[in-house]
Amino acid sequence: MSEKLRHRIQRAKRINALMTGVFTGIGGFFLGLIIVLAGYIIIHGLMSYYPGLLSFTSKGIGNQLFNTVYLVFWALLISVPLGVLAGIYMAEYAGDTKLTRFIRVCIESLSSLPSIVIGLFGYLVFILMTGARWNLFAGALAVSILSLPSVTTTTEDAMRSLPKSYKAGSMALGATHWVTIVKVLLPACTPRIVTGVILAAGRGFGEAAALLYTAGQSTRIVWNNWNLSSVTCPLNPFRPGETLALHIWVMRTEGALNPNSEKIANFSAAVLVIIVLAFSMTARYLAGRYGKKQMGEKA
Amino acid sequence: MSSKFSINALNLYYGEFHALKNITLDIPEHEITALIGPSGCGKSTFLKTLNRMNDLEEGVRIEGKVTLDGTDIYKDMDAIELRKRVGMVFQQPNPFPKSIYENVAYGPRINGIHRKQELDEIVERSLRQAAIWDELKDRLNKSALGLSGGQQQRLCIARTLAVEPEVILMDEPTSALDPISTSRIEDLAIDLKDKYTIVIVTHNMQQASRISDNTAFFLLGELIEYNNTERLFSIPADKRTEDYITGRFG
Repeated sequence: MSEKLRHRIQRAKRINALMTGVFTGIGGFFLGLIIVLAGYIIIHGLMSYYPGLLSFTSKGIGNQLFNTVYLVFWALLISVPLGVLAGIYMAEYAGDTKLTRFIRVCIESLSSLPSIVIGLFGYLVFILMTGARWNLFAGALAVSILSLPSVTTTTEDAMRSLPKSYKAGSMALGATHWVTIVKVLLPACTPRIVTGVILAAGRGFGEAAALLYTAGQSTRIVWNNWNLSSVTCPLNPFRPGETLALHIWVMRTEGALNPNSEKIANFSAAVLVIIVLAFSMTARYLAGRYGKKQMGEKA
Repeated sequence: MSSKFSINALNLYYGEFHALKNITLDIPEHEITALIGPSGCGKSTFLKTLNRMNDLEEGVRIEGKVTLDGTDIYKDMDAIELRKRVGMVFQQPNPFPKSIYENVAYGPRINGIHRKQELDEIVERSLRQAAIWDELKDRLNKSALGLSGGQQQRLCIARTLAVEPEVILMDEPTSALDPISTSRIEDLAIDLKDKYTIVIVTHNMQQASRISDNTAFFLLGELIEYNNTERLFSIPADKRTEDYITGRFG
């Protein structure tokens, strides 16, 4: 081996080691950041706990916790089917024309709209124009507008990234386009779509501005009232429903007169972080199990 | 021997490009017909006109007549029905990201067969026909993507057989495989011709001469020569055929 060649290999190896170090460092930095942030919020929050804080009454945050989960449920019920169908349309039917490029720009713009604008839009359309009071369903609609782009884009990208040969193989067996989509293409991109859904749900869990004038800043639930048309029935989506994120904001602003407001806000933040984590992990676990069933076990 | 496919004055255009020029030939039933020629000569394009896979591509225009058992496949037959009768094996093995079992059961399932016992029988019979049952019978629930290239290709043949087609189109089915897998697929093709009509595109002339009964030589979108394989390789009628099979170009 010539001296020059040996020198070059040495150099390449040093650069390789350096870059590996740089990337490990960046990864480690973000991991550390998340652990510090989540750890601070959770520990600080749990230390602010006092008895009754988790109760499902006006003294605790149980109702807000329920509202948050219930609102995300409705928001996903609206945005996931719509977003997945829109993504399928964009990837499989729309083709590449001036019109579809324009639609794509619209979807991207939608995803970067400030959420307070969506909130005011929601207030105008879902509250003022319908003549309704603040209600949870209006909040869910506002959150759906925010999460629709991420579900649509992830579905479209996932469908487009599949090998063309899946479609050809299915069509060559005499399957129709729709059967091919439902039985081959969609199952193959489920793991990626689940990621989009988790992001969408994250928007719902953490959203405050879009809910300020839609879902409202109050909640009054009577837990043994199962008359769906009553405004105090927990399952009636057309009742005001303050969520945890909004509650945190309220406790730190207007609600600061409450002597416990700081403790309530801290504890609410911890609960919020924990349910988001629990939701993401459950969704990934279920997607993994579905994937194993769909795709067969790894050989 | 009767003709399965009858192709008459077939012309195909990709936009302005004239890809197939006035092709006329008959494909006999229960025989292996090989299509040979240099890359870009139109042999794969021609193969795809037989199950209308060209329909999926934009800007393709077809003139002329292709009949399957006397029925015009472009005028009097639905593409879905046609593809059930005319199966296809692709150049790159393309199993679905599903289990081995589900890959084979896919075709029968979309045709309305849902009884577990019936599906089990079809899966076993198809894998046996594709000579891969013994290798795979203990791992039917494993992902098909974990198989070797040769196994994947035989699985794809089994998947095609499961729909019980009459014709199997093979588009360079061994070009991505090692020699041992290649010879397995070739043996399989010979076994299958008793029950099926096979049309195979290959750029491997030894392969064409080993397994086919008839050979068609394509060049620049034209059918130069079509004959019994032995005749075509021993006494080619056209100078260009002779140049190609003796390796003077290609």
